[in-house]
Amino acid sequence: MTDLTSLTIAEARAGLASKSFTARELTDAHLAAIEAARVLNAYVLETPERAREMAKAVDEKIAKGEGGPLAGIPLGIKDLFATRDIRTTACSKILSNFIPPYESTITSQLWRDGAVLLGKLNNDEFAMGSSNETSCFGPVTNPWRREGSNTTLVPGGSSGGSASAVAASLCMGATATDTGGSIRQPAAFTATVGIKPTYGRCSRWGIVAFASSLDQAGPIARSVRDAAILMCSMAGHDPKDTTSVDIAVPDYEAAVGKSVRGMKIGIPKEYRLDGMPAEIEKLWSEGAAWLKAAGAELVEVSLPHTKYALPAYYIVAPAEASSNLARYDGVRYGLREGAKNIIEMYENTRAEGFGAEVRRRVLIGTYVLSAGYYDAYYLRAQKVRTLIKKDFEDCFAKGVNAILTPATPSAAFGIGEKGADPVEMYLNDIFTVTVNMAGLPGIAVPAGKDAQGLPLGLQLIGRAFDEETLFSLGEVIEQAAGRFTPQKWW
Amino acid sequence: MTASAAPHKLIKGATGDWEVVIGMEVHAQVTSNAKLFSGASTAFGGDPNSHVSLVDAAMPGMLPVINEECVRQAVRTGLGLNAKINLRSVFDRKNYFYPDSPQGYQISQYKSPIVGEGEVVLELDGGRTATVGIERLHLEQDAGKLLHDQSPTMTYVDLNRCGVALMEIVSKPDIRDAEQAKAYVTKLRSILRYLGTCDGDMEKGSLRADVNVSVRKPGGPLGTRCEIKNMNSVNFIGQAIEYEARRQIEIIEEGGAIEQETRLFDPNKGETRSMRTKEEAHDYRYFPDPDLLPLEFSQAFVDELKAQLPELPDQKKSRFITGLGLSAYDASVLVAERESAEFYETVLAGLADKARDGKLAANWVINELFGRLNKEGVAIAASPVSAAQLAAIVDLIGEGTISGKIAKDLFEIVWQEGGDPRVLVESRGMKQVTDLGAIDKVVDDIIAANPDKVAQAKAKPQMVGWFVGQVMKSSGGKANPQAVNDLLKSKLGI
Repeated sequence: MTDLTSLTIAEARAGLASKSFTARELTDAHLAAIEAARVLNAYVLETPERAREMAKAVDEKIAKGEGGPLAGIPLGIKDLFATRDIRTTACSKILSNFIPPYESTITSQLWRDGAVLLGKLNNDEFAMGSSNETSCFGPVTNPWRREGSNTTLVPGGSSGGSASAVAASLCMGATATDTGGSIRQPAAFTATVGIKPTYGRCSRWGIVAFASSLDQAGPIARSVRDAAILMCSMAGHDPKDTTSVDIAVPDYEAAVGKSVRGMKIGIPKEYRLDGMPAEIEKLWSEGAAWLKAAGAELVEVSLPHTKYALPAYYIVAPAEASSNLARYDGVRYGLREGAKNIIEMYENTRAEGFGAEVRRRVLIGTYVLSAGYYDAYYLRAQKVRTLIKKDFEDCFAKGVNAILTPATPSAAFGIGEKGADPVEMYLNDIFTVTVNMAGLPGIAVPAGKDAQGLPLGLQLIGRAFDEETLFSLGEVIEQAAGRFTPQKWW
Repeated sequence: MTASAAPHKLIKGATGDWEVVIGMEVHAQVTSNAKLFSGASTAFGGDPNSHVSLVDAAMPGMLPVINEECVRQAVRTGLGLNAKINLRSVFDRKNYFYPDSPQGYQISQYKSPIVGEGEVVLELDGGRTATVGIERLHLEQDAGKLLHDQSPTMTYVDLNRCGVALMEIVSKPDIRDAEQAKAYVTKLRSILRYLGTCDGDMEKGSLRADVNVSVRKPGGPLGTRCEIKNMNSVNFIGQAIEYEARRQIEIIEEGGAIEQETRLFDPNKGETRSMRTKEEAHDYRYFPDPDLLPLEFSQAFVDELKAQLPELPDQKKSRFITGLGLSAYDASVLVAERESAEFYETVLAGLADKARDGKLAANWVINELFGRLNKEGVAIAASPVSAAQLAAIVDLIGEGTISGKIAKDLFEIVWQEGGDPRVLVESRGMKQVTDLGAIDKVVDDIIAANPDKVAQAKAKPQMVGWFVGQVMKSSGGKANPQAVNDLLKSKLGI
C-alpha cells in the first residue's frame, strides 16, 4: 500500500469510497506521521484518541452508506478555532489553560461532513505575525530547506502550523485564518494552496478574534481541488455571525478544471516593487503566460492606492485587536496573575500573558484610537481602506475577472532572521493586505521555486463571492507549474 | 423650543438671582425577554450568573447578534418622544477595563444613534407646561454587578444584568429647576410605561438618571457643569439638584470656579460629593464595532410600529378633557400612570351612560378609589373594588338610584366585603326614596318643628339647604335630594 498520507483529499475520498482503506487506517497513518514530525512543532496539541474515535464512527457511517462529503478525511485545526472540550489557546500564554465548552461554526461544519480531528495547529500568538515565531509554543519549522542547507526556515504566518503540517503531510488539509495574509503567505512559503475567501463567506463564530473586520477563515491544502472541497464545507451563512453573508454556497469543486478561456486577468502595475527579486518577477510573468496560454486575456490594471495599504492595515488591525483582546483580563478564564488590587491584576496578567508582538500591537491600537489621534490615524486609515476597495471595484467594473500578483516578496526566510525590525516582518504582507482591506477573496497557488530551491507562490484576487473563478484559474497555474513536495528530512 | 419660556424658580445668591441649567441622561432598561446581543434571559433576581450566555461572558470568538425586539422598542420609544427615527445607525465600542464589563468594552451608539431629536411636554403646578428637547436616544449594553460583601479578600462578579439592553435618552439642557427635572423624569417614565418599552421600576434600577447641573446668571452664558451619576429616585434628583446648584453658586460667589467633574449624591447626607474630575476621565477610544454591521431598517418598518403605537398620556389626556369634559387636573391625574388610566377606561367601558357619568366616574376613581388605595398603601392592580364594581356604583348614582352619600357607604361595603353593588343596594335597602308621599310627612314635621327657620328661609331662600340636610338626615340619606329640594320649596312657598 502506498503511503496514505501522501494522498490528496480527492484521492483519499475515492480510496475510502472504494474501501481500499478505512478512515481508521488513514487516520492512523497521519497520527504516525505527526509523531515522527514533532521536530517541526506544527501541532501544539495532538488528539489521537479523539481522532481514532471520530474515524471509527465515520467508518461505521461509510459502511451504512452515510458518509458525508469529508467522510474520514483527517484534518488539522489552527489553534484559533474553538474546539469543544479541547484546549484552544490562540498560541498565547494568556489562554494556555482554556478549554472551550463550545465548537466553532466552521469546525462543527467539518465534523458534520465527516472530517476527523488530528489535533490543534501552531500559529502566531493571536494570529499576529508572519513567521509563526510569536507563538507561545515556540516557532514552527518549514519542511522545506534551501538546497544543500540545514538552516531551519519559517513556514510563514500566522497559519504556519497549518501550512507546515499540510506540506509535510501531517494532515490532508487544515483550517487557517487570514487577517493580512496569514493563509496565503504561509501557503506560498510551503508550496501549498491557501485561499482567503471573501469577507463574510465563512462564519467567524468561535474563532479567536484578531481584527474582526479583516479576519476570515479558509483552508490550506495540497491541491486546488482539495482547497475547493474544504471550502464547500467551511463556507456558509451563520446567523450567529452577522457579518457572514446569506448567499448560497456554490459547488466550488465543479469550478476546478473549468475553462478560463476569455477571462480577463489584470496585472497591477503598482505591485511591481522597486528592488523586487528577479525570481519573483520571472514567476509572475510565467504565471501570466500560463493563464494566457489557457485562453485568458491579460490586461495591465492600476490599483493606485496600493502603497497606502500596508500602513493603513497596521492602523486598522491593531486598533481592532487592542479592543478584541481587552477581554483577556484574568477575571473569568485564562491566565490570572496575583496582585493586590484589580488594576495590578490586569497589568500583571496581561504583561505575563501576552508576548512582545501582541503587546506591541495592543499599544499601537490603543494609541491610534486615543482621543486626539483617532482622526489622524484610525479615521484616515478607514478612508484609505475605502479608496483601496474602490481601486478594485473600478478594475472589476472594466470587466477584469481576477488579478494576478506575486503572493510574497520573497521565499521563506530563516528562523530568527527577521526578528529585529518589526516593519521588515510586516513587509511580508505587502501583496496580501490589500485583499483583506477590500474584503475580497484571494488564493495563493505554488508556481515555482527560487534559485535555492524554495517554493514561491502566485496570488489571484477575485471579485467578491467569486471564489469559483479563483479555483478555475488556480488550477491552470497548478497544472502548468506542477506539484511541489518537500524532501523529507525529519 | 426650550423650557426657559416657562416660568421657573431662580435661586437667590449673595450677588443676585441664579438660574440652574439641567440636562439629563436617562438610562432606561428595555423591556424584552432577551439581552441586546445575546439570547440570555433578562429576568430580574435570578441566582448570580444564572442568566449569562457565552457572548455575555465574552468568551473567545463569541459574536454579538442584535435582538430585533430591542430595536423595535427603541423605535417605539423614539416615536413616543416625537423624535426623528434614524433608518441607519451604528454601534460603537466604548473601551474601558472593569470587571463588570467582560468584553473590555461596552457596545453603545456614539456618533450615529438610532433616534435623533424629539421632545417631551412637562406639566407643572398651576397648569403650567414646559417643553424639554430630546437630543438623542441610543441603544447600549448594561454592565454586570460587583459584589464586594461576599468575601473579605475578594470581589465577586454577577453578570446577570450584563448585556441587558438600555436606552440612553439624552435631553437638551432645557430643564431649569428641580421641579422641572422631577416632572421630566416622571413624564418620561410615564411615556415609557405607556409604550411598554421600559417598566420604569426605579427601585430595581430599570430607570436611572445622570443629571448635569450648571448655574448661570439669567440669560448669561452656560456655566461649567457637573454630572451627578446614577440617580434612581425622583425625589433624590430634586434634592441633588437643589444641593448642587447651591454648592456651585457658593463657589462662584466666593470667587472660585466650577471644575467639570462627576459627582455622586449621598441621600443620607443630602449632598453630592466628587467621584472623579475631568483629568481622571476615561479615554473611551470609541470606534465602530467591527462585529456588527450598521443597523438599517426601512421607513415601512417604522410606519408599522407607529401604526401599532398605544395612545400616549398627552393624547389620552386631551381626549378625556374634550371628549368627557374632565378638568385638566383630573385628566392629568388619571393619565399619569398607565394603570390608573387603564382602570378609569375600564370603569368608563362599564358605564351605562358615559356622556352623563364620565366625569362622575373620574371623581370616584380619583377621590374615593385612589384616595383609599393611597391611604391603605394598596396598588391599583390589587384594588379590592374592581373597575366593574365601581362602574356599577357610578351607574347607581347617575341613574338616581342612590345618593352620593349612600354611594360612599356602598363603596365601603364593596371594599370590605365585595359583592355586586346593584344587588347590595336592593338587599340592604339602600335605594334612594323618590316617592314624594314617603317623605311628605318628614318634610311637614320638620317645617312644623322649626318655625324660626321657616321665617329665615322665606327671607333668605338659600336657607332651604338647612331643611334639605334635615330631611336627608332623618331619611337615612335615602331621600332624593333634588326631590326634597323641590318639595321644600313648594311647601315653604319660595
